[in-house]
Amino acid sequence: MKYSYFPGCSLKGTGRAYEESLLPVFKALGVDMTELDDWNCCGATAYMSVDEVKAAALAGRNLALAEKAGGDLMAPCAACYLVLMKTQKRLEEYPAVRGEVGHALGQVGLSYEGKVKVRHPLDILVNDIGVEVISKKVVKPLKGLKVAPYYGCQIVRPYATFDNQENPQTMDKLLRAVGAEVVDYPMKTKCCGGSLTGTLPEVGVSLVHGLLREASRRGADVISTVCPLCQFNLDCFQDRVSSNYEKSAMPVVYITQLLGLALGLPMKELGLHRGVVSVEPILAQRELLHV
Amino acid sequence: MSDAKGNGAMRIGVYVCHCGTNIAGKVDVAEVAKYAGTLPGVVLSRDYKYMCSDPGQELIKKDIAEQKLNRIVIASCSPLLHEHTFRGAAEKGGLNPYLVQMVNIREQDAWVTEDRGAATTKAKDLVRAAVRRLPFHQPLEKKHVPVNPAVLVVGGGIAGIHSALTLAAAGKKVYLVEREPTIGGKMAQFDKTFPTLDCAACILTPKMSAVRSHPNITLWTMSDVVKVDGFVGDYKVTVNRRARYVKEELCVGCSECIAACVYKDAKFPDEFNMGLGKRKPIYLPFPQSTPLVAVIDPATCIEFKTGKCKKTCVEACADRKAIDFQMKDEMKEIAVGTVILSTGFKPFDPKNTPNFGYGKFKNVYTALEVERLVNASGPTGGEVIMRDGKEPKSVGIIHCVGSRDEKTNRWCSRVCCMYSLKLAHLLKEHTGAEIYNFYIDMRTPGKAYDEFYGKLLDEGVHFIRGKVAEVTDCTLRPDEEGKLVIRAEDTLAGFVRRIPVDMVVLATGLEGQADAQDVRRLFNISCSAEGFFLERHPKLAPVSTFTDGVFIAGACQGPKDIPDTVAQAGAAAAEVLALIDAGHVELEPNTASIIEEECSGCKSCVALCSYNAISFIADKKKAWINEVLCKGCGTCVAACPSGSIRQNLFEDAEIFSEIEGVLSRG
Repeated sequence: MKYSYFPGCSLKGTGRAYEESLLPVFKALGVDMTELDDWNCCGATAYMSVDEVKAAALAGRNLALAEKAGGDLMAPCAACYLVLMKTQKRLEEYPAVRGEVGHALGQVGLSYEGKVKVRHPLDILVNDIGVEVISKKVVKPLKGLKVAPYYGCQIVRPYATFDNQENPQTMDKLLRAVGAEVVDYPMKTKCCGGSLTGTLPEVGVSLVHGLLREASRRGADVISTVCPLCQFNLDCFQDRVSSNYEKSAMPVVYITQLLGLALGLPMKELGLHRGVVSVEPILAQRELLHV
Repeated sequence: MSDAKGNGAMRIGVYVCHCGTNIAGKVDVAEVAKYAGTLPGVVLSRDYKYMCSDPGQELIKKDIAEQKLNRIVIASCSPLLHEHTFRGAAEKGGLNPYLVQMVNIREQDAWVTEDRGAATTKAKDLVRAAVRRLPFHQPLEKKHVPVNPAVLVVGGGIAGIHSALTLAAAGKKVYLVEREPTIGGKMAQFDKTFPTLDCAACILTPKMSAVRSHPNITLWTMSDVVKVDGFVGDYKVTVNRRARYVKEELCVGCSECIAACVYKDAKFPDEFNMGLGKRKPIYLPFPQSTPLVAVIDPATCIEFKTGKCKKTCVEACADRKAIDFQMKDEMKEIAVGTVILSTGFKPFDPKNTPNFGYGKFKNVYTALEVERLVNASGPTGGEVIMRDGKEPKSVGIIHCVGSRDEKTNRWCSRVCCMYSLKLAHLLKEHTGAEIYNFYIDMRTPGKAYDEFYGKLLDEGVHFIRGKVAEVTDCTLRPDEEGKLVIRAEDTLAGFVRRIPVDMVVLATGLEGQADAQDVRRLFNISCSAEGFFLERHPKLAPVSTFTDGVFIAGACQGPKDIPDTVAQAGAAAAEVLALIDAGHVELEPNTASIIEEECSGCKSCVALCSYNAISFIADKKKAWINEVLCKGCGTCVAACPSGSIRQNLFEDAEIFSEIEGVLSRG
């Protein structure tokens, strides 16, 4: 199976540990993935609310490129995934938007027929590759590691294309497949605060606190995420949580980092050293560190 | 111009109806009538305000007599509405009713055409087509089929019980078939009924006993209809009576076998109490089970599992010898003329709304479970003791679980607001707890229903308008510790509320039965995608189906409360009585028949017929159409490769002339 990979800006910046772990994991699972040539910013959630048509044209350019490249378009960043999905739906449902976007794309010699399927890595891992295949490739089961699966708000809302909207399961399944212990985490789709940690820090940090506290109360060793902004908010604001509420030191990693660990990929290739709250002590404690 | 067989000159009368302004508002009716008068064979044409009115019909009768009309065209509404009326008028005037042709210039013209000129032209085209077709019409006769006065009622809930008793009281033989070990249905599980707070058992069980003792009713519980053949007036039905392992004619319901069972304590989840209580492998579903005959569940009985039980139950039964481990399923064949389906509903499974925590948090209950919990003969003897052994001090009732929800079921289940009010009252009465109702809209239309809502408001029950987002054990405040927190946007106050409670009740909606599609196929009726049986007309034929002689009543047709269910059950019984007392059914003659000389015996038509009306006569190698079963749909006529099926009122000559008529605008 062939996929175009749309990294988006986060995976090249603050979320680079996501890309660092994602690429070797998919390679190890034998998936053919090529970075989309000449991709541009998806516009993120902000642009959509400023000018829907221009935002759709911006994201639509990526869809047009992906259509030319062929295969499904994998978008690991939750915001990119949502914006591309939303654009896809707008183009499908609103002929006027389709017309304007088509015109804009035409100006740069592109066109879009609406054939691209936007896919999230969780979807590909569970539905294309399959948990059985993945569990067979595990060389270092994450035995004893208690993980809170945190999906964030964007990948199943509003479009629940591959998982249950209220109680998503794909990450839970993957974690179990690689031997981790999944903590019942009812906050799995609650908001991390998004950009509020920057604009209204007291509100943003209180949301971050709720998520960290619940994970810790339910005995999680680490929180596993699929969104660069969730990872950033939960990881980087723990000093603020500690000073405003209670002491917090919860490592927050990407699911792909945990999968890589279980597949026995070299630790330094998985970006595991990048977290503000280091994950290494708990991995050492659970005897999961390897070279 | 004369008719196709040369039976004399055509004398066609054309009537153009105004239908008030429905037609006349868009179609120049006078112009159409004037035009019709110029067509060959037309000797009279008129326009009239309401052709369906008595004077309108009188006009037709008078013209037949005075003008010697021998064919009639009515340009008005859909034949679905008034074909019967006008055929009747013609018949009273002495003309064969099948020499009347209706032209729909309302639904298919006036209502859907913007331009007055275009609408008038179309009306003329359609009238011309009818005039061209009519010379080919032949007088036809209706067929009469006798009706077997025995009735099959499927489903022994309150609907089936009421229908059966009504029919039995009228002296008709009734077979009541129920798949559970007892009749009573969902109503038997309810504690009280809204809005009067009558005890459900007190008003239901006398009717259950009446069913059991009525000489005209044959009651078969633990039974399924497996095969239905025949047609209105003459159905052959096969019923599988599943083995109960206790002989109904010998058991007196003394319960001594149950006391004597080798299981000293009841151990298995009790279906009647929604699994909240326990039963033994030999049991009575509830004290007023009807018939009051014990039943053995082979899945849990040691004798069935190992063959090595001491069989203390058999000892206890002693000389009665009612217990029979060798009992087999038994097929029964019955002949009935009509059928009432009252197969009820299935409560929505709240596992499909995981955000409400049913199955995850033990103190989250469905409404039906709470009915059992507050009932004096329920698993806790009427004390509201939750699964954690405590009595709740606060209860949240979440409305519209699996109703009015794009993600689950779109429809309103109609009864949940009212039963939520009832449960709020009962829970408060039993425990004194604070009760919070979370609703989208309160829907309380019904006699004394809104007054009941008012009473609950006076009782101090809290009402919060807002759809609940989730039930969670994630706590934020000290008062939430150890509680279930209901999070909902209060859309009247305009903020998000978190209400910590001890107990959550889910007001689950009503769905069609899981096997509704199988039942639909068995009885050849229609069923919506939602699993509710389709009535013939939502307003004017609410208990009839598209299959003659098969009627529906109660929640199998759509969610409804007990009063509406009983009303429908009575209506279905009345429809059945109308058929039985008429003694015969009239069949429309628009049926198809095989031209035997031309039939090649290819059997294409046999499989296509949705009504099982076509059979293949093996020795003749020809198809044969049972005119009683034929609904005149025309599928076989169109499909026959050799053109050897013809259909009354849809002969080739009639259809081709009609088409030519439409196309020959002069």
